[in-house]
Amino acid sequence: MQQSKLNINFDDVQLARDLANKIARSVQSFVDNYTTVSVERTLCRLVGINDTDQNGVPLPNIVVDALTSKGVVDQGALFFIGNAVIETKQTPQEIAEQIVKENIDITSYSYHTKEEIEKALQPYINQSMERIISKRTHREEQIATLGEGARPYLYVIVATGNIYEDVRQAEAAAHQGADIIAVIRTTGQSLLDYVPYGATTEGFGGTYATQENFRIMREALDKVGKEIGRFIRLCNYCSGLCMPEIAAMGALEGLDVMLNDALYGILFRDINMQRTMIDQFMSRVINGFAGVIINTGEDNYLTTADAVEEAHTVLASDFINEQLALMAGLPEEQMGLGHAFEMDPDLENGFLLELAQAQMIREIFPKAPLKYMPPTKFMSGNIFKGHLQDALFNMIGIWTSQGIQLLGMPTEAIHTPFMSDRYLSIENAKYIFNNMRNIGDEVEFKKDGIIQQRAKEVLNKTIELLRELETKGLFTALEEGIFGGVKRPKNGGKGLGGVSSKGEHYYNPFLVLMKK
Amino acid sequence: MSEALYQTDKNDFDQTLDLTKVRPYGDTINDGKTQLSFTLPVPAGDEAVEAAKQLMKKMGFDNPQIVYHKELAGDFTFFVCYGSFKGSVDYTSIHVPKVTSTKWDMQTTDEFIKEKIGRKIVVVGASTGTDAHTVGIDAIMNMKGFAGHFGLERYEMFETVNMGSQVANEDLIAKGIETKADALLVSQTVTQKDVHISNMVEMVEMLEAEGLRETMLIACGGPRITHELAKELGYDAGFGMNTYADDVASFLAQEIYRRLQEQ
Repeated sequence: MQQSKLNINFDDVQLARDLANKIARSVQSFVDNYTTVSVERTLCRLVGINDTDQNGVPLPNIVVDALTSKGVVDQGALFFIGNAVIETKQTPQEIAEQIVKENIDITSYSYHTKEEIEKALQPYINQSMERIISKRTHREEQIATLGEGARPYLYVIVATGNIYEDVRQAEAAAHQGADIIAVIRTTGQSLLDYVPYGATTEGFGGTYATQENFRIMREALDKVGKEIGRFIRLCNYCSGLCMPEIAAMGALEGLDVMLNDALYGILFRDINMQRTMIDQFMSRVINGFAGVIINTGEDNYLTTADAVEEAHTVLASDFINEQLALMAGLPEEQMGLGHAFEMDPDLENGFLLELAQAQMIREIFPKAPLKYMPPTKFMSGNIFKGHLQDALFNMIGIWTSQGIQLLGMPTEAIHTPFMSDRYLSIENAKYIFNNMRNIGDEVEFKKDGIIQQRAKEVLNKTIELLRELETKGLFTALEEGIFGGVKRPKNGGKGLGGVSSKGEHYYNPFLVLMKK
Repeated sequence: MSEALYQTDKNDFDQTLDLTKVRPYGDTINDGKTQLSFTLPVPAGDEAVEAAKQLMKKMGFDNPQIVYHKELAGDFTFFVCYGSFKGSVDYTSIHVPKVTSTKWDMQTTDEFIKEKIGRKIVVVGASTGTDAHTVGIDAIMNMKGFAGHFGLERYEMFETVNMGSQVANEDLIAKGIETKADALLVSQTVTQKDVHISNMVEMVEMLEAEGLRETMLIACGGPRITHELAKELGYDAGFGMNTYADDVASFLAQEIYRRLQEQ
């Protein structure tokens, strides 16, 4: 029996987990029967289709749009590409180039059996699988030889809009002590139904996620990692309308961490819930296989809802995200489940409540590299107080052994971080982590005191909410605004048009290969 | 550390407060003491400190003190500095454009609307353009509001539609027409590279092109928005830091009433 410092009842935790499992299974039974345009574009990428046409339209979009216009996208891109490979003896990339020139109609070839298609596509499938495995192995080797930072990993963002400037900032951050560099995406990228191509130098509040930008930054971090003798992880955002495509690109380029959460897109980007749940499954299969740590976005609920009253929605969502991830074959060790330090700083004993919640989530998900988000909602522009708020947040991070500490910046709510902001934040975290390293081993909590009571209260409310979600189903609950106080219709939002049920010829070998 | 800490010289400046010549204050009136920090793209060293000092002088600071410096990475150094600024401004002649309405609480505003306008005020709000942040518009519109200030949804005499984030200007305007809105609220949180300016201007231009500008009040808000900026861009009001739903509600009620009186 696991020991709890909070005296929480692990039978209750198991009950919550069972409820979440039922909720997730009902979502999964829907997801299994559907595909989306972005899943199909992902499969195009995974058989080697890349590049753009003369107008900058990515070839995977051109292939899938051709199928959509013929009304056959439900049969899946690989079925048609497979037939075309057999009939034309060309590679998938060459076939895509022929589609651009309007030389061929890939739906016109005679249909072959699944076995024949599988055999024809095997070399291209193997090539991607091998490349992803080699990136995963490379990461493991680098960690084994160079070593890595102690947990919580120090996670900082760069967001200049220019990938080359980002590299400069990332190198400096790594030298200062960062363990994870996240390249924030340009505002609005989550709503693009394609992934831009090539190295980019112009973005707003962030830099485009492109495969080339991934490559440039990963290469730079490999270099700086060798210099400082510590492996530096690279994080990007596998969310929005191109969720699985970005997962594939990240896997092919050796990214290490990905924000990957359908609920976040539904609530905060108004992406259609059916579309993004289907996309999420494929992307988590890829991330699981590629050894990528996913980050979930529960912390964001508390930017719109009250952090004291709505804490249980975060925990409930973590439970559901855990089950959905397991169903995609993603192990607990790669689950950066999200939560946050977002209470009003004027709240009396707010620190104790935050401590209780962080400890509770730690105990409930013991293997997960939990992602702990800093205060944002109550950062005021007073950089001095902000630095103190971040210090309290850091104390809880080390005290409760969080996995990934997203460092707060004193200039949060003012600008995307300056190099000096990042330095001050890293210094803050390193000081506290070192000075308080083993406080969690030393200090116990008073029986039935404020901290223990708070944990029990949140867990009980979580179970109540999960029961309600189990009865209603997740989709209905989202329509009713259970998370973050945000209501989203099942048939509303962006991207619903890209959803189709799988047809009789549908073929996606990666689900099986990657979940093995 | 700074020798200024142990300075025993007599201050040789006039220490009486003159509001026509206001300057920063450390611990003696007119000492001009200012704290600032910046980074230079040079490695740490005596030359870097000297460069920072010279820059401080060029910025107009006397007696520049570099109290801390630290190399951030190979080619960048961070400085924390103090200096005395001898320039001043005339405080007595300052004029800042402000929203001129009186700020009321929810109950007073509701009663005013009931009594003087006699119907609910219809408001449509959104975070527009590529801006994905709903925190601002939610703080003003949602039932719960922010920091103890209830949102417009909570008001009896407001009918509200919160369209959320990344709403196109034309969709906001279309919703305004559909609901016969009295006012449109535009929230802008992301202001990097002034992306909010072009977006906000676009909305005013669209309203003008449609001949709708005079039919609705338009107000904007966000952490980097000021009333002055809002007026400059053609909005009726702007709400920046430390303004809440009560500010917006009071303004809308009073301005709509004022316009009714004028008709």
